Amino acid sequence: MAFDKVELKDIEVWDGNFAASQAMRQCQIDVVAAYPITPSTPIVEGYGNMKANNLIEGEFVMVESEHAAMSGCIGAAAAGGRVATATSSQGFALMVETLYQASGMRLPIVLNVVNRALAAPLNVNGDHSDMYLGRDSGWIQLDAYCPQDAYDMNFIAFKVAEDHDVRLPCMVHQDGFMTSHTAQGVHTLDDDTAYGFVGEFKPMNDMLDFEHPVTHGVQTEEDWHFEHKARQHNDLMTKVLPKIQAAFDDFEKISGRKYNIVEKYDMEDADVAVVCMGTSVETAREVAGEMREKGIKAGVVGLRVVRPFPFFEIAEALKEVKAIAALDRSSPNGAPGMLFNEIAGCLINTPANPMLSGFVYGLGGRDLTKKHLVEIYTQLQANVDAGKLTTPQQQFIGVRGPKLSFL
Amino acid sequence: MSEMKKIKNLKEFSTSADRFEGANLLCPGCAHSIIVREVLNATNDDLVLAASTGCLEVCTAVYPYTSWDASWIHIGFENGSTAVAGAEAMYNALKTKGRLKQPERNPKFVAFGGDGASYDIGFQWISGCMERGHNMMYVVLDNEVYANTGGQRSSSTPIGSSTTTAPAGKVSYGERKNKKDMVSIMAAHQIPYSAQVAPNKWKDMVKKIQHGMAVEGPVFINAVSPCTTEWKFDPKDTMHITDLATDSLVFPLYEIIDNHELNITYRPKNVVPVEEYMAAQGRFKHLFKDEYKYLIKEWQERVDANWAYLQRREEARV
Repeated sequence: MAFDKVELKDIEVWDGNFAASQAMRQCQIDVVAAYPITPSTPIVEGYGNMKANNLIEGEFVMVESEHAAMSGCIGAAAAGGRVATATSSQGFALMVETLYQASGMRLPIVLNVVNRALAAPLNVNGDHSDMYLGRDSGWIQLDAYCPQDAYDMNFIAFKVAEDHDVRLPCMVHQDGFMTSHTAQGVHTLDDDTAYGFVGEFKPMNDMLDFEHPVTHGVQTEEDWHFEHKARQHNDLMTKVLPKIQAAFDDFEKISGRKYNIVEKYDMEDADVAVVCMGTSVETAREVAGEMREKGIKAGVVGLRVVRPFPFFEIAEALKEVKAIAALDRSSPNGAPGMLFNEIAGCLINTPANPMLSGFVYGLGGRDLTKKHLVEIYTQLQANVDAGKLTTPQQQFIGVRGPKLSFL
Repeated sequence: MSEMKKIKNLKEFSTSADRFEGANLLCPGCAHSIIVREVLNATNDDLVLAASTGCLEVCTAVYPYTSWDASWIHIGFENGSTAVAGAEAMYNALKTKGRLKQPERNPKFVAFGGDGASYDIGFQWISGCMERGHNMMYVVLDNEVYANTGGQRSSSTPIGSSTTTAPAGKVSYGERKNKKDMVSIMAAHQIPYSAQVAPNKWKDMVKKIQHGMAVEGPVFINAVSPCTTEWKFDPKDTMHITDLATDSLVFPLYEIIDNHELNITYRPKNVVPVEEYMAAQGRFKHLFKDEYKYLIKEWQERVDANWAYLQRREEARV
């Protein structure tokens, strides 16, 4: 029985989860092995519902844990076909072992990560702890700021991951609840256009080609391990960003929507800038506009690609900025935040010598309010006016109790 | 359905369709390679194989070499079963979609794991695969110990065995718990076929593997795999030790069809005392001190009781 296509409206009202489910349906995935966890559960529920109604031809395997979900995805991907799944938080943490295995085995799996805090204490709400946990795992990480992005980034993810020059798995991140459960208008692609963009899966080293038996997942010790890891890093550093840019360009042609490796808002003449990810980008953009009305030249830089880290693109975006705030939605637990460190790293050997402040915010789904951002921009401007750093390099913002700052 | 392979004699069997190379790093006298060759040679069909981390894996796929002339995957310690289940799901998807490169082939999906990977760390993954009904076979290479890492106890280690994490000592006789009954647990998943096999009884092995490959759905096989290194016997004695294992009924050979039809497939003409099986292995050496001899007696009683249970179950068809 052939599967049925769906006539979508030009604009559908979808939350981020359902947008991801719909994109997965349109990509005609061969195997989804999945396990439910809040807040990503509706992705697999939505997908299961589509399967139950003959909208999906591929296999849908509900396994007994997230570790098994990614294990099944790895087996399926090595067999040779399009593979994806979804998870969050503790499930992501349980998957971590297999995340490294998937990337080291160069299997182009797409993982929708609906970002959520990590226990303890147990918390179901959105922060970026799981995203940060995955940042050394060898995956490509794309970041969606809203349901529209969550839909679009899935197509980009398959297109880039499955490219034979890349062959690396790819995560699509969206903020738990803030994106995953917030319904917004989503501009859609029709089924044929969407599938045409990602194209039919082209297998490589597939276990189901019995004329060419292949051994996957070998052992290498000190004689070869380093070379394999170096090659993987090389491909992440040199091949992936151009492929993402090319995919963005192609995607703009079919959708009219333009994405950039680094998203810049009001940055042409910005003196002060906030660098952040996820839903915070939209809040920061709104506040930057309001700060400009007050005469502060405020801008926003959003990361669209978290890994590989867009080192030169970030340096370029921030080269004229006098004071920068790096916003990390994950507790660094004993260090500067990830964004603070990465931004410092990409500016250190350049002529730019901006003042850099780190802000840890929004843990466990705590709101990042406009008031918080006004305070951040005001601090940045005060430093610019003083001509030196007058505020701590690391502050916790939005946390109860006495002001908490370090460094 | 593919045609079942006909096997005339051991010589032909041992050399036919050799998809597991003799060039591997397993210990001399290791039963793993014998079992794997017997499983693979039972069919001419294409194979999609997996191995969990363990002796078999580290000794057969060290880059840039491989001992496997068939599609093979290793992911981790606990998930060899799910690796093959994922591949089987992909096979079904591509079959439905008409995208198989060789649609006329009839591949079999087989995962191998040691008892540590199967009874312990991968237990949940195997249970999930059995419950979901993947068309696959899971084979435990049961040497009752974590051999790859130097002989630590697993939940398959039998009472009285001295291991590196439960060693015999001044106040210890070694392992204090009896091994998990994995075949019954797997049969209780209502799978169509589960069985215990041994490499010395190769005809019985082939029959069971072929039965398992012919049925639709998940199949569980527990293969006794005497370990020259950790059981402490001379490498030339592997088959002798295996004979003692099956003939003492410490490892009775039987099958369970649909969790109700139990068939004993080997009845030794002369049952060997358990003591003889134990005396042939260094891991039980300490039990022959006077103070622990009661454990040998208890072993014999347990084996007798289990044999009686299997016979009752065979007769009762429950």
